[in-house]
Amino acid sequence: MRVTQGCFSYLPDLTDDQIKAQVQYCLDKGWAVNIEFTDDPHPRNTYWEMWGLPMYDLKDPAGVMMELSQCRRVYGERYIRMSGFDAGHGWESVRISFMVNRPKVEPGFRLERQEAKGRQQRYVTHAYATDRPEGERYGS
Amino acid sequence: MNQQSLTVTGKERYRSGVMEYRKMGYWEPDYVPKDTDIIALFRITPQDGVDEIEAAAAVAGESSTATWTVVWTDRLTAAEKYRAKAYRVDPVPNAPGSFFAYIAYDLDLFEPGSIANLTASIIGNVFGFKPLKALRLEDMRLPTAYVKTFQGPATGIVVERERLNCFGRPLLGATVKPKLGLSGRNYGRVVYEALKGGLDFTKDDENINSQPFMHWRDRFLYCMEAVNKAQAATGEVKGTYLNVTAGTMEDMYERAEFAAELGSCIVMIDLVIGYTAIQSMAKWARRNDMILHLHRAGHSTYTRQRIHGVSFRVIAKWMRLAGIDHIHAGTVVGKLEGDPATTRGYYDICREDHNPQKLEHGIFFDQPWASLNKMMPVASGGIHAGQMHQLLDHLGEDVVLQFGGGTIGHPMGIQAGATANRVALEAMIMARNEGRDYLHEGPEILAKAAQSCSPLKAALETWGNVAFNYESTDAPDFAPVASVSM
Repeated sequence: MRVTQGCFSYLPDLTDDQIKAQVQYCLDKGWAVNIEFTDDPHPRNTYWEMWGLPMYDLKDPAGVMMELSQCRRVYGERYIRMSGFDAGHGWESVRISFMVNRPKVEPGFRLERQEAKGRQQRYVTHAYATDRPEGERYGS
Repeated sequence: MNQQSLTVTGKERYRSGVMEYRKMGYWEPDYVPKDTDIIALFRITPQDGVDEIEAAAAVAGESSTATWTVVWTDRLTAAEKYRAKAYRVDPVPNAPGSFFAYIAYDLDLFEPGSIANLTASIIGNVFGFKPLKALRLEDMRLPTAYVKTFQGPATGIVVERERLNCFGRPLLGATVKPKLGLSGRNYGRVVYEALKGGLDFTKDDENINSQPFMHWRDRFLYCMEAVNKAQAATGEVKGTYLNVTAGTMEDMYERAEFAAELGSCIVMIDLVIGYTAIQSMAKWARRNDMILHLHRAGHSTYTRQRIHGVSFRVIAKWMRLAGIDHIHAGTVVGKLEGDPATTRGYYDICREDHNPQKLEHGIFFDQPWASLNKMMPVASGGIHAGQMHQLLDHLGEDVVLQFGGGTIGHPMGIQAGATANRVALEAMIMARNEGRDYLHEGPEILAKAAQSCSPLKAALETWGNVAFNYESTDAPDFAPVASVSM
């Protein structure tokens, strides 16, 4: 399966040039760019690990692309996402978020059901990858 | 035309009998509205032979303290303060016989945090007033002091996006069709296919409540099976607007509680349940971490004709105060009424923290929102993937685009329909962010995305040329060049 979180997951994986153009868009808006990675792609896993601090005050996307390539070198077998953060009043949150790396094989999720009162079910979305300890989930 | 004050004072003012409204203190052309006043702008069309100043004063009077005759008991009150004051009357451009009347109301005339109370005054009696042929409430200025007495949207755009983990693109939805007749089991099938195919939301229609073909509990149970299955299939947060509209408040609470118990992230109500019920559900939604969707069922009965009723921009303002998170606000390009400039005005009311006066969008007043949450506009009704560039241009990024027929009617099936919409949207956002002239290159961008997506290709072949071009019945009165000072 393909985890389709983020802004562009239904398109073919972005090339580095395409990623760079999106970074430029964020910088032009004055947003801080953040790189995060995880090996737990559960839809409600909010806090992916941060690759350093959000990058503020950049002019050139090259700096972000360099960080991305270093992150990929270490965590190339995990999900990596990039986001633009807008600190402006009334927003103060993420403005855009998209995947820039994913594991070669994505085993996806198992839906567990527990029969409850009446005809109700209790649902658990379980990422197969998380059956293994953190860091050992996707190959490396 | 703005003549002198005619207000009679002292003993003469309270002589028993009938007195013109403009002499009773409801016409005060020198009045300067206070920052804390509520201001209403009415379009008045007096009966033949009725003077527009008297008509405006009558509206002010009947929507505040007046009755048809002088009463001495006014003198037991601070009557000058409580009288609404018409302070300006202008002819409507290109509409002989109609006038814009500006009326100011003191804040003390209104109960804090109650749309029912506000509307009971402002639109309570006056719309049936005999000396008027027609009356329309065009816009209102709600002062910060009043705005702050309301909860506002239970969730708001920012937190909704955080909960859904969806940033940087419009949300995608679809209304389940046919809107009546599906069993719970079949209904859930449509929900599952649409969500798995790439939509964020599906939606009950306004008249899906609890009918013989599908009891509400059955719908909720099957829909939540579909939502959870689609979440596991995609790794994304999904939702379906469970319509909890019912005959009584108790029934609505029961349905909403059940939706919460099943883990739904969103519930839905219809505008026809009434303002107080809407405010109650907004408070319930905030207590229960629920997004609250509103279908504006019924609004066209009073919003559509320019001459009489209440403008939708006013309804949108009331709904933002009342605490709605999602509101249907027009598509511009779809099958339902919606002039582009007027619709833009509605969207600004939903999403901005401050609306500057913008006559060409039908916004007559500066409107502060005082950090009340933002409301997500919903575009629904006759839109399809081939219009993606126009939708993005007209409606922007913080909007739910709902493709009902455009998803479910896809020749390759519902999942394919959903995928076509999602691919078209992502391709357009990417192109926009890359700095391309996506509005003009739109068809090209879609055609290119369709090369690697056969569902999009099929959608463009099926609906590529469908458009709904009719003249609008509710366009702004002012062209962009007009400049009218407050």
